[in-house]
Order: sequence, then structure tokens, then C-alpha cells
Amino acid sequence: MNADELQAYRDALKCNFKGLDAVFEDCMNEALLLLSEQGIKDYLKGASLVCMIGRGFEPVLVYLEKMPQVAKQLGEPTLSLVSQAVWDLSRSPNGNAIPPFLQTIAEASRRLGSEEQLRLYVKILMDMMERTTGSIHGFHTTIPSPGLPELLQQVPYLLNNLSLHGFKNWIDYGVRNYQNHPERQKNYFCLQSADSRAILQRERHGTLFIDNERKLDLYLRSLWQDPEHLVPYSSGLDELRKPMPYYDAYGIRVPDVYDDVNDANGNVTGIDRYRALLAHIAAHRRWTTAIIADNFSPFQRIAIETLEDSRVESLAIQEYPGLRQLFIRLHPKPDENACKSAEESCIRHRLTILSYAILDAHHPYKNEVILEYVERFNEIISDKTNGTKEIADLAISFVAKTRRQSDQLPKVHFTDTEIDYRDDNRHMWRFIEEGDEEEMFEEKRKLEPEEHEPEGLPPRHYPEWDYNTKTYRPDWVSLYESLHPAGNAADIDKLLDKHAGLAKQLKHILDLLKPQQYVRVRYQEEGSELDLDVAIRSLIDFKSGAQPDPRINMSHKHDGRNIAVMLLLDLSASLADTPDGCTQTILELSQEAVALLSWAIDHLGDKFAIAGFSSNTRHEVRYQHIKGYSEQWCDTVKARLAAMEAGYSTRMGAAMRHAAHYLSAQKADKKLLLVLTDGEPSDIDVTDQQLLIQDAHKAVQELDQDGIYTYCINLDANVKPGEDDYVTRIFGNHYTIIDKIDRLPEKLPKLFMSLTG
Amino acid sequence: MTDINIEQYNIKQEPYYEIQSNEVVLYKAAYKARMPVMIKGPTGCGKSRFIEHMAWKLKKPLITVACNEDMTASDLVGRYLLDANGTRWLDGPLTTAARIGAICYLDEIVEARQDTTVVIHPLTDHRRQLPLDKKGELINAHPDFQLVISYNPGYQSLMKDLKQSTKQRFTAMDFDYPSAKVEASIVEKETGIDTATAIKLVKIAETARNLKGHGLDEGISTRLLTYAARLIINGIDPTDACRMALVRPITDDVDIRSTLDHAIDTIFA
Repeated sequence: MNADELQAYRDALKCNFKGLDAVFEDCMNEALLLLSEQGIKDYLKGASLVCMIGRGFEPVLVYLEKMPQVAKQLGEPTLSLVSQAVWDLSRSPNGNAIPPFLQTIAEASRRLGSEEQLRLYVKILMDMMERTTGSIHGFHTTIPSPGLPELLQQVPYLLNNLSLHGFKNWIDYGVRNYQNHPERQKNYFCLQSADSRAILQRERHGTLFIDNERKLDLYLRSLWQDPEHLVPYSSGLDELRKPMPYYDAYGIRVPDVYDDVNDANGNVTGIDRYRALLAHIAAHRRWTTAIIADNFSPFQRIAIETLEDSRVESLAIQEYPGLRQLFIRLHPKPDENACKSAEESCIRHRLTILSYAILDAHHPYKNEVILEYVERFNEIISDKTNGTKEIADLAISFVAKTRRQSDQLPKVHFTDTEIDYRDDNRHMWRFIEEGDEEEMFEEKRKLEPEEHEPEGLPPRHYPEWDYNTKTYRPDWVSLYESLHPAGNAADIDKLLDKHAGLAKQLKHILDLLKPQQYVRVRYQEEGSELDLDVAIRSLIDFKSGAQPDPRINMSHKHDGRNIAVMLLLDLSASLADTPDGCTQTILELSQEAVALLSWAIDHLGDKFAIAGFSSNTRHEVRYQHIKGYSEQWCDTVKARLAAMEAGYSTRMGAAMRHAAHYLSAQKADKKLLLVLTDGEPSDIDVTDQQLLIQDAHKAVQELDQDGIYTYCINLDANVKPGEDDYVTRIFGNHYTIIDKIDRLPEKLPKLFMSLTG
Repeated sequence: MTDINIEQYNIKQEPYYEIQSNEVVLYKAAYKARMPVMIKGPTGCGKSRFIEHMAWKLKKPLITVACNEDMTASDLVGRYLLDANGTRWLDGPLTTAARIGAICYLDEIVEARQDTTVVIHPLTDHRRQLPLDKKGELINAHPDFQLVISYNPGYQSLMKDLKQSTKQRFTAMDFDYPSAKVEASIVEKETGIDTATAIKLVKIAETARNLKGHGLDEGISTRLLTYAARLIINGIDPTDACRMALVRPITDDVDIRSTLDHAIDTIFA
């Protein structure tokens, strides 16, 4: 390219920044190498467009530098695609996102690999920008998107872990839930908030540990008789240091996700990679004895580690021959001549070659030392009495024999030397001295935790159903369970005395309901006893020439009630109201009703538990334990019931899910969840009235699938039963509305009996 | 009661049985004293085969009853049947055994209802009698008669356990899957498969037995191993044969299946 041509190109680029001239020639040289004639035109046109947006020189520079590569990889139409996107960005209030956007393009094109994908990627970003850019009066968008710059920062990481489809879902979730909350939106898009990570985890590609935990547990247990814990660590968030699997006294640490690996022989699935890792670790646990590290140099140590890895793998392969293929496919296969020993340290490279040669008998390596040591290794292995110590000796002699001056060089050859299914071998070393310093002058200071742990059980997290998107918000609600404080049990006894007349009535019904122990089943072809009446009738029939009835036996069967009941009380603030025409609050009436019902159920002998709930935003759903299944209807329980108080809101879904968690653990033929509530689900952090109603409905469906029958006793006098009211929406037709609340103590036990009778 | 064909209950050929420890001596001693015996052990570990073998060795007829939930006391003792001229008594298997002096083997006794099993009580203590109350007859058991029950404690169900009063009438012998070596040779002799494959099959069985209590109620039995071996002999690919005979029958749990399938792949690689 001569000066005239360069000048012609320079003229075609309408841009007058000072810095441009210094880099223009280099950029053009690269562009000419990579682009067609038409491409050059588009390239210069695109750069002019980027220049015209008036955002300084930086965007132009990035465009000029990065785009030839991108266009070469994905095709030249990307040139105008990107410049147009930059132009669109500049026409919105999001100008500050332009440089980071351009920065992501090179990375994105490398990950996405096709023009359509890149087009889709740009579209997703533009879409996100439009939806999050705010406007004051609804006419002109004036407030820049808070999340966009944060999102662009995270793009390389996100694309690394998500498919484009998952990327879109992740963004959609953030936009949907944090559209009106700039700070939260930022937190979401820079991966700070918990649900942002949870959604990311859900959308990730690859084999997730959590989905396969049981499978892997079973694998360890069945093939290796090793019941050790598995603890996942996050493999993605630490970009600088890649964590490695390891094990210690607290369990085996494994990555939270493994992608499938493709090689010439096909596909190694993520689950098989997990299995290879566990086989390797289990083999260590079985065959490795820890040795003292202090006497070995760092080089000797890595050599010992590598050969010990090979040794336990050989032993594992003897046990399970199929592991050899699996290990071979996951083991890197370094080129024998890849490492230049004059410039870089080859120690890792050598060891990896040795390790591969041991593993695969058909290895391509010619190096005599390697071959010799493979031979010696096999000799040691063939004697079963040899262990870690003997391998350590071999490793030390290998290091000594192959030692080069260049091993000390700071530049280490790392390519193809990372064997990612192996752990970090921390377990095989014992240290006599703690460190190089002989004495520790400072005692370790113990930091007192500043915050006090909340009393009671740790929170449980439950998902919540978002009906807008038909998805669950993972771990959305935190539920705290605690014992209900106790009051005076005598109060409840007084209440029961007050209703003594009613109790007498109920008792009559109860006696009828009580299970009759033995029931005769007649007319059985096969039975435990002959039913004489029928038999004689049959015999007469037979003698008189008619067809006799063969069902002449009878048997007995037990008839028992086998019901587990959970009574879930809404303890929200509205319970403190006194309804029209009553002298007592709803709370007091509920207390009486629950006391009577408990007395009745206790009388029947059904399994029975009581709990109350209220909520104060999704971060604090309180679930108060009043009576458990194993507790008797005694003074302790009565005292808790007597202390019932109303407060906060009604987040019903989470409480129902938690109650169901106890109920489903009960062994019973029928499981019944009774929900006593006085109003629709609501909470102060939810503006959409429908959301919690739909969530509660979803919870009812989930419970139904678990074989739990949900029934609502509603005390809301304002509900008009019909298609549209919330009770029908949540519970279908499984509900009763009690209009005259003062009759609740009478109605509730009767209702229960008619339900279960 | 001379019309009973005793011959049909005799065992003609020696059933193959590999002695595991001193069980034969113990059993012989128990038989000599005519003590009732309870055989405990997981399914398919050779309980029934052992009894057959012993009956053959002692040259006694063997009457086997497979117990089930619908079985009533009259299924064991006997019942009246309607006849053209009225009714006719038909001995049940227990009565027959007591009359002819056979070994009566009640297989999987816990499957029968508890009130049914009570009828064996008078036969199992010093009385050695069986009252047929419906018929008004009292049978004194033949001197050679012996009662043996088998019982699989692996079900771990509250509902399916023997009453103490029943348990305490028996001497008991524990059976378990044989050691790997013995089991391999059993599979080999029973089916004629080669030693190497037999060892591999046993190894698979061991991996499954490690999962007992973790989703599996019972491990892979020796019986299933012989099924797999026969399939392999008939030209089925070993991995397919193992899947069909060892894994699919014992579990529908996806995770366990995938783990065992993987074990098969690594062992038969």
C-alpha cells in the first residue's frame, strides 16, 4: 500500500480526531489483509458512522482495531451491524455504554461463532436497553439504563457460561423484576444479588452438580464403598485462580458444573467427567498414604504427585477396566516437541507426557527416558506391596535424570499440562514445620463475629411462582420457623369450659365417627371363614339344581381412620379486627375454634399439627410452631395457643409449602391441610395483587401432586363466591366461607368431621 | 389317608448346592432332633436351594408352600369342599406333611398374615400335633415330620414381621450372599459360563449390594446373576445381558440405574 492509496482511504474515513493518524496505517494494513474490497468500504463507512456520534476518539479506535478480525471470522455484514448498533446506542441516553459495548464485540464474536448469533446478541442487548431506559413523562426516554453498563462488563463471563438462549432468559428475568429499581437492577446485572446468581445457575449449560448429586453419591457408595460428602464449589466466579477439586476432613470438593468435552472419539458427558474425578479421588483415598513433605523440593513434589496420581489410577483401572478409556480421553495429550527447553521450564510438560505414556500403551512418544520410566513404573506397580513411598523414590530419580537448567525459568510451559479430573493432592503431604519461620510470634487473633445469629432455626428458602412468566423465582422467600411463645394454658381450658355444651354435642358425633375395629367383609370367594348363611343358601341352590353362588366365604378387615391433619392459621394483622355484630376479635374466635377443633381431633386420635404464619416481606415469613405431630394436646400446646397474636401480612404460598413439607413426611392414607384465613394473600413488598394469589394457587397444585388435600376455611365476609374471587382462584371449590364469624367455634369442628367422616 | 402319593414329593436329582460354611452340619443336627428351623436371608441367596439339597441328602419328601397375603389358615390345614353328595375334606399341605412325615417348607412366611401363621404353633413345640378343629380330628405328626420356614428380614416393614410367639419356636440360620469367590464358582457351575465373566458378574452384584438402604431394598441376588450368565451364554452382549437381568428388574430409580449401568460399562470394558 503506497502513500496515495493510504491517503485515499484516509479521505474515505470522515473523521478528524488527532490520534487517528497515528494508528490509521496499522489498522488499514490489517484490514486490507483480512477484508474484501467491499468490506473495506463498509469498514470505513462504519468507522465514519462511529466517528459521527460525537463520543470522542475511543469508540472509533476500538472499532478500527477490533472489527477486521470480527468481520473476517463472522462475515462482512457484521461491519454495518455493529456500526448501526453503535449509532442506535448514541441516539439513546445510553451513550456511556458505547465503549464497553464495542469492547464486548470481539469477545462475543469469538464465543458465538456465527453472524446470526451475533445479530441475535446485539438484538438482545438493544432490547434490554430499550426496556430499562427510563422516561420521566412517558414521551422521551431520558434516563439511561442503569443495568446496561454493568451487564456489558459481565458479558465475557456470561457468554462463557450461558448459551445465548440462557443469556436472554437471564437478562429477561432481571429486566422484569428490577425494571423500577435502579440500584437493585445494577446489583442484578453485575452478578451481586443472590437471585441473579441463582438464575444464572439455572440457565447454565453443562451438567450441574445439584442435578446429579444423588447419582454421584450412589456412584461413590456402590463402586468405591466410600460414603464421603460431596461439596460443590463455584467454578465460574473466580476468574484469576481456577479452583481445583480436593478433599479434606470436611468432604470432597467438586466443581458445581462440568461441560461436556468433545474430542475426536466423540463426547465425554459431564456426568462421566464427574465420575472420572470421583474415581480418581476415591482411588487416592483408598491407596495413598500421606508422606512427609519437608524433605522434598517443589519439583520433586510435583513429580511425586504426578506419579502417585498415575499409580492410584492404574490400581483403579485394574479394578474397573473401563476407566482407562475414560481417563485417556480426559487426559491432555501434549506434543512431544511442543516445549522449547531453551526458553521455558518444561518440567510440567515432561511429567504430563510421562503420565500419559503410563496411561495409554499406544502413546506416540519416542523419548527413551520416558519409555524407560514407564517400564520402571510398571515394575513397581506389578508388586502389590509397593506404595506411595516407592513411587516417591521413582519420581525423585526421574526429576534428577531429566533435570535441565531451564527448569528454573520463571516462564513455565502450561499448554496441555492441566489434567482437570485430578485433584490438587493436598492430602498426600504432611508437614512437620508449619512454615519457614521457626517461631510464630503472634498468636492468631480470634475475631468475634459482629452480628448475632438470629435465634431459632436457620431460614428455609422457598420458590415463588411468577404467573407473568410462568416460572419460579428460585429461593425467593425466606421462611423462619420458631416455637410460638407460650401464654397461660388455663385460658384455653376456660374457653373449652365456656363451650361445654357444644363439646357435649360434638362428643356425640365423635363417638359415631370413631373407628370400629373389625368389619366383616361378606360374599367373598376366598375368605378366612365360611359364611354359614350364604353357604347353606348356596348348598340349597346346588341341591335344587340351580347355579350356586360361589361367594360363600367371609373375611374380616380392620377399619381405621388414617388421617394426618395440619391446621395452618393466618396470624396477619387483620385478625385483630372485630367484625360487625361481634363482641370478640377474629383472633379470639379463632382461638376458641381451634381449641375446640384440637380437642375434637385429639379425641378422634388422628395425627394433628397446628402452626401459624405471618409475613413481613419476602425476606421474613414467620412460621410459628404451635403443635407438632408427636406432641400431645397438653398444657404446653394450649399455652402456645393462648398466646396467639396478630401482626404483619399474609404470604400464604411459602407457609403452605413449609406446612406441606411436614405433612408429607407423615405416614397416612389421607393428608389434609386446613388453612384458616380471613383475607387474601398479600404482602407489603408486592404491588401486584394477583401475584401472591397465583402463587398460593400454584402451591395448592404442588400439594395436590404430593397427595395433600388442601381445604380453606375463610372468614372474609366480603367474599362473594364466584368465578372471580380469590378463594376460588386459589382453592378451587375446596373451601367454606363462614359468614357469621361468631359461630366459628361451632362450625370448625363440625366442618372437619364432615370433611373426614 | 393312604391315597397320598408320597413319591411326588421326593427329590429325584441332587440339587446343586455349594456349601458355604457349617450350615449342613447344623441343619442335620436340627433335623435329628426334629427341631423347627427358620432360614433367614436376602432374596435369591440360596435358601430354597439349600432346603431342597438337604431334603435330597436326608432322603425325605419335601412339601413347599409359597406363602402370600391371601393365604388363610385353611389353605395350610385343609378345608371342606362341596361335593355332589355333600361335603368332602381336603388336607392342606401342612396336614399332608404331618401325616406322611415330610419336611414342610413355608417359603417367605412373613407374606402370610399373622393370624394364619398361628396354626403352626402346636406343631412346633413339644406337642407335635395338628388339631383340625373343623373336622374334629387331632393329628399326631409323623416322626419324620419337620417344619422349616424361610424369612427375609430385609423388608424392614413394621407390618411384615413375625410375632415373637412364632419366632421363638424356631432355631434360626442366617444366610447371606456367598463370598465373591464362592459366588463366582456358583454362577460358573450353575450355568457353565467362563470364570472371568463370572467374576465380573459378581463384581457388579457387589456394587449394587453396596447401595442397599440407599434406594435399593435388596441387592442383586445370586439368582439374577445366573440369569445374566445364561443370557450371555446364549450370545447376548454382556452389557445388555447385565442391564436386562441385573439392573432393570431391581430398580426403577433413574439415578441408581445410571450408576449401575456405568458400573457395568466400566467392568465389562
